[in-house]
Amino acid sequence: MGIMDAPPKDLTLDLSGRTLADVPVPSGREEEWRFTPLRRLGGLHTLESAASPALTIDAPASVTVTQASVDAPDFRPTDRLAVAALELSSSMTLVRVPADTSLAEPIVIAHRGDAVTASVVRIEVGTHARATIVIDVTGSGSHTAAVQLVAAAGADVSLLQVSDGDRDQVYAAQHALRIGADAVVRHIAVTLGGDVVRLVTSAQYDGEGGRLDALGVFFTDAGQHHEHRLFVDHDAPHCTSDVQYKGALQGEDAHAVWIGDVLIRAAAIGTRTYEMNRNLVLTEGARADSVPNLEIETGDVASAGHASATGRFDEEQLFYLLARGIPLVEAKRLVVRGFIGDLVARIPVATLRDRCMARVEQRLGDQDPRFAFEDAE
Amino acid sequence: MNMSTLEIRGLHVRVNTDQGPKDILKGVDLTVRAGETHAIMGHNGSGKSTLAYTIAGHPKYQVVEGSITLDGVDVLSMSVDERARAGIFLAMQHPVEVPGVSVSNFLRTSVTAVRGEAPKLRDWLKEMRGAMASLQIDPAFADRNVNEGFSGGERKRHEILQLELLKPSFAVLDETDSGLDVDALRIVSEGVNRVRATGKTGVLLITHTSRLLTHIPADFVHVFSDGRIIHEGGMEVARTIDAQGYEPFVGARA
Ligand SMILES: Nc1ncnc2c1ncn2[C@@H]1O[C@H](COP(=O)(O)OP(=O)(O)OP(=O)(O)O)[C@@H](O)[C@H]1O
Ligand SMILES: [Mg+2]
Repeated sequence: MGIMDAPPKDLTLDLSGRTLADVPVPSGREEEWRFTPLRRLGGLHTLESAASPALTIDAPASVTVTQASVDAPDFRPTDRLAVAALELSSSMTLVRVPADTSLAEPIVIAHRGDAVTASVVRIEVGTHARATIVIDVTGSGSHTAAVQLVAAAGADVSLLQVSDGDRDQVYAAQHALRIGADAVVRHIAVTLGGDVVRLVTSAQYDGEGGRLDALGVFFTDAGQHHEHRLFVDHDAPHCTSDVQYKGALQGEDAHAVWIGDVLIRAAAIGTRTYEMNRNLVLTEGARADSVPNLEIETGDVASAGHASATGRFDEEQLFYLLARGIPLVEAKRLVVRGFIGDLVARIPVATLRDRCMARVEQRLGDQDPRFAFEDAE
Repeated sequence: MNMSTLEIRGLHVRVNTDQGPKDILKGVDLTVRAGETHAIMGHNGSGKSTLAYTIAGHPKYQVVEGSITLDGVDVLSMSVDERARAGIFLAMQHPVEVPGVSVSNFLRTSVTAVRGEAPKLRDWLKEMRGAMASLQIDPAFADRNVNEGFSGGERKRHEILQLELLKPSFAVLDETDSGLDVDALRIVSEGVNRVRATGKTGVLLITHTSRLLTHIPADFVHVFSDGRIIHEGGMEVARTIDAQGYEPFVGARA
């Protein structure tokens, strides 16, 4: 079945207020499920109960972290997994950054998974506050997470999701972003591990002049399924969204899916939007699906565009590098580093930049010590 | 001094095409010693690039018979990158683009592989910039992606830049002269001549005209036809080909 057979999309898919009882279990034929291997979801799509994961939260002193009852009426779940997270979690982790504070250190929410769990995290960043939040997922098990970020007017927030679980982990999350007037939200997805990772990022604007930069870097290895779905809902004037995802794939049945939906509603005059996904397929047997989709309901758009391309590291490029004495593993490193390097450089936490690059290079093969260059220029 | 010798004996090479296997090289014998310069001239499609690719180890070309050795060591059993590290260099007729990889990064990685250790960054930058300057390559090329958007002539210069940095014991230059303007031909030839002057490199030039050989005099000129060398001589062979084409050699054989 090709992309052309797809049923029409419902970009406004909004399951707000719905319960598991009235959201049908997906069959796999639905538009939002047609790429996902349901059988490998560890039962997340049929979930009836779940434990709470142990989240370790490390936050600067000015940040308050509390456990509260689940209360996120403004969270718009787009699929059954997010509904499950909201309904089955016994409590919600509430993280608050007061107005006008500027955090020197990131807030780190470490999620070392096991068992079958569901969680809700709500992060509120006050007006004109500056904060960086890292959600660092490792371990195994199956998880569904609902993460909400509310960035108040003028806030400047970076939210990083690192999906770096063991090879048997199933991790599904929806990140619902609310971007205040003139706020800047950087959303960064680094997806490396797991058996299945499905990350839905939805964004809405609460006022004029908000900006979203959504970056993603993924490395999808043999047998892994990495799915990134973005839905940017432009409903306020003069807002910006810039989505840039790059991924490298290698090995038999490595499968990456990128869906980029952008809706510009009638009220969203003067919108600027651009979305890009580029994939680099390093070997036979790996597959990347990339579906950008832009719907415009206003005649007054400042700029709108999208680009999607999947390239292959071909035999002739490889031969050229080998013929210059460069061993296979180093040749792949050189090419992958060159391909994702610009986005990795934009990860705002240095330790994560290094970890991302190190993990990718490790996946490409063991480093030959001769090629450990000193980097300072 | 390390005097290397590349020996090709009875080389038969086949390529798999959509129409089935096709024999291209039909018994090539050639010996190139360090310090010598050999030229190969021959019709389009006679198998010159096939010979060059086979020496470098391109997987498309299957050796069905014969041997290639470098100082007595079997080259055919080496992988492509091992051959390069053993001192074999191929300046390609059509160098490919490698998106995302900058020239400086590429060169440094290659030099590190071939020399067996990473050059110190400061020394390396000086060496690379010096080599680029002597080939009149704009320093801005260091930050561009390998061959991406390079003109034909720029690609050829970039190949010779690699030749100068890698200092191989044996180099095949596959039509490095084609597509070069007169000034570029002179600059590129000077680069090749600097390498020749060391006396440590054996050079095999594949070319269509004697234009290149006026800048880089060859010790031996071989006429290539239908997958083998059919005539061997000195510079007078190149002049005969310029004046009369391949007829005198092909005719003499038939
Ligand atoms: N991969 C391939 N598939 C099919 N045919 C091939 C392949 N590689 C080479 N050939 C054929 O082998 C023959 C020799 O090709 P080769 O490129 O070696 O010629 P050449 O002497 O370098 O020619 P030119 O002077 O045009 O560069 C040609 O007929 C060519 O079409
Ligand atoms: Mg050729």
